[in-house]
Amino acid sequence: MTATVPTSITTTTTPAGAASPAGAALAASETLTLAAEPPGPPGAVGSMSITDVSCYYGSHLAVADVSLEIPGRAVTAFIGPSGCGKSTLLRAINRMHEVIPGARAEGSIELDGVDLCAKEVDPVAVRSKVGMVFQKPNPFPAMSIKDNVLAGLIIRGQRPRASAADELVERCLERAHLWDEVKDRLKKSGDSLSGGQQQRLCIARAIAVQPDVVLMDEPCSALDPISTLAIEELMRDLARDYTVVVVTHNMAQANRISDVTAFFSLASAGQPGRLVESGPTGQIFSAPKVAATRDYIEGRFG
Amino acid sequence: MRAAAVAVSLVLVGVLVFLAVKGSPAFTAGAGELPAHAANFWALAGPLAFGSLWVAVIALVFAALPAIGVALAATIYAPSPRFGRFLGAVLDLLAAVPSVVFGLWGLMVLAPAMVPIYEWLHRYLGWLPFFSGQPSVTGRTVLTAGMVVAVMILPIMAAICRESFALTPPALIEAAYALGATRWEMVRTAVLPVARSGIVAGGMLGLGRALGETMAVAMVLSAIPDLISVNLISSQNPSTIAQFIASTFPESTGSQVSALIALGLVLFAISLAVSVVGRRVAQQGVSR
Amino acid sequence: MSVAQTLGKQPTAADAADAAVTLSASRPSLARRTKNRIASGAVVCAVALAAIPLALVIWAALTRGIERLDLALFTNSMWGVVGQGGGLLHALVGTLLVTGATALIAIPLGLAAAIYLTEYGGQRKLAGITRRAVDIMVSIPSIVAGLAAYALFSLLLGPGTRSGLAGAVALAMIMIPVVVRSSEEVLRLVPGDLREAGLALGSPRWRVIRKIVLPTALPGLTAGAVLGVARIIGETAPLLLVAGFTDAMNYNLAEGRMATLPVFIYTQWSSKGLDTAAYDQRAWAGALVLMAVVVVLQLAARALPPQIAKLRRNR
Repeated sequence: MTATVPTSITTTTTPAGAASPAGAALAASETLTLAAEPPGPPGAVGSMSITDVSCYYGSHLAVADVSLEIPGRAVTAFIGPSGCGKSTLLRAINRMHEVIPGARAEGSIELDGVDLCAKEVDPVAVRSKVGMVFQKPNPFPAMSIKDNVLAGLIIRGQRPRASAADELVERCLERAHLWDEVKDRLKKSGDSLSGGQQQRLCIARAIAVQPDVVLMDEPCSALDPISTLAIEELMRDLARDYTVVVVTHNMAQANRISDVTAFFSLASAGQPGRLVESGPTGQIFSAPKVAATRDYIEGRFG
Repeated sequence: MRAAAVAVSLVLVGVLVFLAVKGSPAFTAGAGELPAHAANFWALAGPLAFGSLWVAVIALVFAALPAIGVALAATIYAPSPRFGRFLGAVLDLLAAVPSVVFGLWGLMVLAPAMVPIYEWLHRYLGWLPFFSGQPSVTGRTVLTAGMVVAVMILPIMAAICRESFALTPPALIEAAYALGATRWEMVRTAVLPVARSGIVAGGMLGLGRALGETMAVAMVLSAIPDLISVNLISSQNPSTIAQFIASTFPESTGSQVSALIALGLVLFAISLAVSVVGRRVAQQGVSR
Repeated sequence: MSVAQTLGKQPTAADAADAAVTLSASRPSLARRTKNRIASGAVVCAVALAAIPLALVIWAALTRGIERLDLALFTNSMWGVVGQGGGLLHALVGTLLVTGATALIAIPLGLAAAIYLTEYGGQRKLAGITRRAVDIMVSIPSIVAGLAAYALFSLLLGPGTRSGLAGAVALAMIMIPVVVRSSEEVLRLVPGDLREAGLALGSPRWRVIRKIVLPTALPGLTAGAVLGVARIIGETAPLLLVAGFTDAMNYNLAEGRMATLPVFIYTQWSSKGLDTAAYDQRAWAGALVLMAVVVVLQLAARALPPQIAKLRRNR
């Protein structure tokens, strides 16, 4: 683990000199009703506060009543058995659940004090602040590696001019630890890369639009161990500038990379998933407060 | 079973042989032996081939965007899978309406309704070659015929587009949305590039259908067989191969019949070429 | 957030603060939202453009066809009728006979070819040739099928012959590729392990096909055949060439001109008598009857299992 491990949920290390953007946001925005005080201590850039969130697919309640603080500029891991709703909750954070017909979420998810779930907030805006990386790498097959990195801007009709584009591509690929491997074939299709490289390309694509938060839905589950290691290293590195939330099935991975761990579970199949316990990763793994968490971590769970 | 497979292939060979045997005299026939007082076969076939392509292209122009739009409505934009299925049923029904019924409708309902529009087009856009000259008073123009054929090929094209849109990997749709794309931006980034070959293949299939369409054109269009003209609203319209065959055949005998059969061969060759191109494009898309 | 802002040095915290502008600021620009809205509007318009002509055609057929939708229409032919009255019984009988004959030719042949392709053909050369032949046959314009049937029958029986059978042969050329394709697709949906289970019991191949494969695929095969019939029952052009037209009843497929419903509609319009309204009325009544037949066939095919849904458009 690196130096950014927080000692508790509410005290997060941030890069020196970080100003609270929430204040700036407040000043700049007249159109949104904001919380009077951003949650978390000053300087916690990109911190999130999830309050009483429930997610439904049609009439089926998938996740019930989750309240959770996610520290800014740190890695938070969601763990738990299959069907416990951790991926569903993750998708609700950038409102990707709305892509599925019939899916909806209740409650509030605040990013630096702004409720992302509010009706008047455009989901398109939320997704440009909260990026996402998926289980299976999904570069656009009809685009080159370079265009894949620029995809977020191309989509918006804001393709930068040549030199600016080159600079941005290089910076994002370097940030995604991929530059050295692909710098000689930027014009090739993203399909030509290995699975692990594709996943890092997707991460570069996600950070190119300058999000505050990067959500990762089991980003390593389709990858081999070496690629997994590279992504894990990258996640730690990303946490210096972004709030990273990662869903993982891999207990050891959660322990290795995360600052905060949230454990989800469900009573039985068909029941809604619930947050059982959350806290600093060290504490969750060494001294969980709830028996269910201990059972799961020690591998005694179903 | 084997015999049946052989028989199916033989049917095709038979079609070609019968047409060639009965049609071949026309290729060398001179003036007086051909319908419409043509000097030689190609003087007859040329203007008609132009007319066929002209009507088909007009139909394609009218049908292409709506077909893509309907296909999007049935897949990406469908508020529920049920709506998608409903739209599919509407398209199937539209595709099932017999062409003679479309012909009757185009002739008796659509054509008269278009007359004032053609007069308007002539008044304000008459300086374009498409709208110059006296507009038709019956509305039975090449534009009306093209519109009727467009309605007929729309469901065929929409079905192909719809299939290729439905094959868009959900992962790409999610990728685009997660980057902050609006729905339209998602369609442009994730759906259309992957479906491009399907769209082109659908267009080619529609074009092939439009080329072979007989009855609707035969009934709607008031045509002159040896005319080549790009005027869309005149009462003087080019004819199409299929229309010419259908309207001339019942009163033809001997060498005139063989000319019509040779025209059928020409039409077959054109639509075969179109469908081969379409299939090649579609396969390219699959292999990529 | 501008591109220039997005660029620059390694993102620092100050940059991050800059970048963390509000959600309202990262809301898609007016231009982007407008484009999105225009696209959605265009999609709705496209649906309207497809639905409106269908509604108008159905409406026209209903309102104009209903005027002559009486009992006399179904009990009379056009024999001796020059003005009011008359009916389409002769055309209805002709359509039934011609369509039945077409189905008798095309369904067994097409189905057998499809069984060969899925069960025996594999990668064999004949299978490849047959598939290519089917591909080409699909693109035969229907009027060309009529010309081919005419050429065949005039080679066999001398020029100028017209008969219901010739019409059926022409329509079969159109229907065979439709049946082959739909049947092949349905047969491919039968799981391979069902076949293997049968073969493992020591049954010969043809028995497995007859006892296991065909019964499993039967609903789909039926739907395919029904849609094939729906596809050809409205065909006009080839019948106009080779079955010709008559005002009289003709129950003999092999001899003499035979009226059919689509050709009846066409000729009511094309060769009108003095009382044009009566002819128009009969044309629309015929159109209404033909549409009703097609809709019933479509619904019948739709009532069959859903896995064949895609075949409906395999025309």
